[in-house]
Amino acid sequence: MIRYDVLKEIIPLLRDRLVVCNIGSPSQELFELHDQPSNFYMLGTMGLCSSIGLGLALAQDRDVIAIDGDGSVLTNLATLSTIANNPAPNFTLLIIDNGSYGSTGDQPTYTGARTSLAGVAKACGCDNVVEVSAQDTAAELKRALESDQMTILVSKCESGNRPVPVISMDPVVIVDRFMKQTGAGPGN
Amino acid sequence: MATSTDASILASLIRNRISFATSVPCKQLAGVIELVDDSAEILHVPCNKEDEGMGLCAGAFMGGMRPCIIMQNTALGVVVNSLATLIQFYHMPLPMLISYRGEVGEKVACQVEMALHTKAILSQLHIPTYHFTRGTDVGDLDGILGHCFMSKKPVAVLADAMFWEAAS
Repeated sequence: MIRYDVLKEIIPLLRDRLVVCNIGSPSQELFELHDQPSNFYMLGTMGLCSSIGLGLALAQDRDVIAIDGDGSVLTNLATLSTIANNPAPNFTLLIIDNGSYGSTGDQPTYTGARTSLAGVAKACGCDNVVEVSAQDTAAELKRALESDQMTILVSKCESGNRPVPVISMDPVVIVDRFMKQTGAGPGN
Repeated sequence: MATSTDASILASLIRNRISFATSVPCKQLAGVIELVDDSAEILHVPCNKEDEGMGLCAGAFMGGMRPCIIMQNTALGVVVNSLATLIQFYHMPLPMLISYRGEVGEKVACQVEMALHTKAILSQLHIPTYHFTRGTDVGDLDGILGHCFMSKKPVAVLADAMFWEAAS
């Protein structure tokens, strides 16, 4: 299974939840599979998906799922220590770990070699860290969402991308409709 | 130990309904950060690097909080991409309270190197920038914060060594 297949299987769990999705192929694939106003698509800024997700989870009560990637988390590795030390029970970080930089041509990342993001997350102090196969991801994500505990889920899948177009939606539109979902007023 | 200027900064943040702050420490900012951390009105989430902090602020803003970031000017070398492609691209407000290291009164020579680039970087990014050098400049902070959230832009407050010295 590649990332697209994992995303397809977890769509029912994303419905009406706040989703922050990583730059490039992940956001483009999610946009094609299931666009909804409560999806925040990152159009730039590699590495900050988990940080945006944590800030969002700490600021309000609705469930937040940040769909990140291994290359992106490696870019902002210290985020795992911030997450561990500022836990939000409504936050789930789903790292789709395909061992490659998918959006730039599937060049290998170090998680496909010796580095374990689950190991790093545990060493950073995250309490609920689960590494799962692509096939088991939907079931584990469901369990995480029902647990009412912050969870770091590392989904190991195959490298590869679905050829989908870039997102042409205006960033201000993305934010405006997203903030209507979070209940944040325009004057905040 | 926090000074009365640090207390004035905190009071201004609270008056302007700042409810989320992230920070990377600096000696000059230590008092403000201490007060923010102790404040019941502000959720303080220290970050490891300032671009990470901008991600936290973006999320907090979309969740309904008013964020700010407290950082050193050397961090401008780290956050250009985050400012352009996240904060500015999505039209988010973000007050940046920045210690302006490397200006007159600085004791560490290396700090001067980034001071030389500080205003140029902010100018290149078209970020409204306010330079605090006298102790009384803190009185401008209310207006600056209001301007930031009205315009939904990042705004920089550069507080230099003379400002902090006047405060002590």
